[in-house]
Amino acid sequence: MTSTDAAADLVPFMMRRPGAPFPPPEYEDFRTKPGLVKAALPSGETVWLVTRHEEVREVLTDPRISSNPNHEGFPRPSRTVGAPSADDVPGWFVSLDPPDHNRFRKALIPEFTVRRIRSLRPAVEEIVDRAIDQMQANGNTAELVEDFSLTVPSLVISSLLGVPKVDRDFFEEKTKVLVTLTSTDEERDKASEHLLRYINRLITIKSKRPGDDLISRLLQGGLLTPQELSGVSMLLLIAGHETTANNISLGVVTLLQQKQWISDDRAIEELLRYHSVADLVALRVAIEDVEIGGQLVRAGEGIVPLVAGANHDPEMFERPHEFDPSRSATGHVAFGYGVHQCLGQNLVRLEMDVAYRCLFNRIPSLEVAVPLEELRFKYDGVLFGLHALPVRW
Amino acid sequence: MARISVDTGKCIGSAQCVLAAPDVFDQDDDGFVTVLDSAPSGEAEATARTARGICPAQAITVQD
Ligand code: HEM
Ligand code: SF4
Repeated sequence: MTSTDAAADLVPFMMRRPGAPFPPPEYEDFRTKPGLVKAALPSGETVWLVTRHEEVREVLTDPRISSNPNHEGFPRPSRTVGAPSADDVPGWFVSLDPPDHNRFRKALIPEFTVRRIRSLRPAVEEIVDRAIDQMQANGNTAELVEDFSLTVPSLVISSLLGVPKVDRDFFEEKTKVLVTLTSTDEERDKASEHLLRYINRLITIKSKRPGDDLISRLLQGGLLTPQELSGVSMLLLIAGHETTANNISLGVVTLLQQKQWISDDRAIEELLRYHSVADLVALRVAIEDVEIGGQLVRAGEGIVPLVAGANHDPEMFERPHEFDPSRSATGHVAFGYGVHQCLGQNLVRLEMDVAYRCLFNRIPSLEVAVPLEELRFKYDGVLFGLHALPVRW
Repeated sequence: MARISVDTGKCIGSAQCVLAAPDVFDQDDDGFVTVLDSAPSGEAEATARTARGICPAQAITVQD
């Protein structure tokens, strides 16, 4: 067992990705070290970083390791933002451990089966086509992040939840405020308050007049209270918006650089692995002493399993920094692992597939309108992505 | 030939198995795994092993 408690051993966290889209080069170094790496967050707290694929999976399946931010020592990656707990927001089940987590997952998985998601294809196609119509109507240039990548997942989630078409502009506008860099904290708080109020009203309406949508079915299923359903709806919205948008935009850049993969079905899984946008999403804390990769982690110590680190572990994926859809990217952990593995992952696969098919079929001359070095990446965000993507055709 | 069994108590309905081995696994209407072919061989057996490896809930057992 190794002990690396000396302050001199602390590395500052988080690291940056120098140029797109690889995980920080420091991870390479961490991976070769025995045990785990102790790092200091901007808040001054220390956490254990996990960069090897096998150990990331271990952390995400160990019952002695918790997702509940109410436990002492749970990592807070930025000074201001802390993860909400299910006490703050009833229904925020990503922060619950089993067995409390089970009821939510059970209530929701019928909504996300492969069959159910396949049946959404025409609705997603309509949303994507509409976004492209709008871009084309505006000329031969666009800012793809705002005009396309953020629009599509927001509309898909609103359609899933059962937001009436007339309210979708409102819904999209408010969700965009939440993820736009230039929004002030005050604007963000206000938008999230508006959305919450809107969702609560929607739940009241659906309980009187049910429709063919997730909220209505969950109300009728009776497994969740209306108040929990409100938190669940916010979680779906937040978990599925910027994550998906960032993947769509980064994927457009990568596919335009290597056009031979544009219509290859295997590209999507490899894009998910390669970009690993949710590197810092799955935060954990040990609630008992555990040993991970030969490292003793004490109860009350925070753990950050880095999914980009795992997905670029050469032990698991050869030549990890090469974008190569002909490899099998199966087994990547871009959606996490264990009981919290992304509920929306099959929806993401559908959205990416439809987005690329429609975009590249309808606009074959699509190109990035600025030199790649000028693209502004989200180096400082919890999620990796692009702030903007100017395109032309 | 291998024998496939699943622990539906552990399953979290991620559908990784259905995507990796559609001839061996399916999901019921509640989203939980069901086994279509409990004794796959050849290609189907290989896909079932892949599914076991990637199941996030470690709910799949493959017995030789
Ligand atoms: C490319 C896009 C996405 C990525 C990379 C992503 C990534 C992740 C990751 C890494 C987790 C695990 C968190 C943890 O273990 O603590 C997660 C959980 C989750 N995701 Fe996603 N996600 C994406 C899109 C979506 C979408 C579209 C939805 C819903 C419509 C969604 C809903 C959820 C929910 C509800 C959870 C919590 C599941 C649970 O706790 O059981 N995600 N996601
Ligand atoms: S992969 Fe595992 S958790 Fe997912 S549906 Fe299949 S058995 Fe269930």
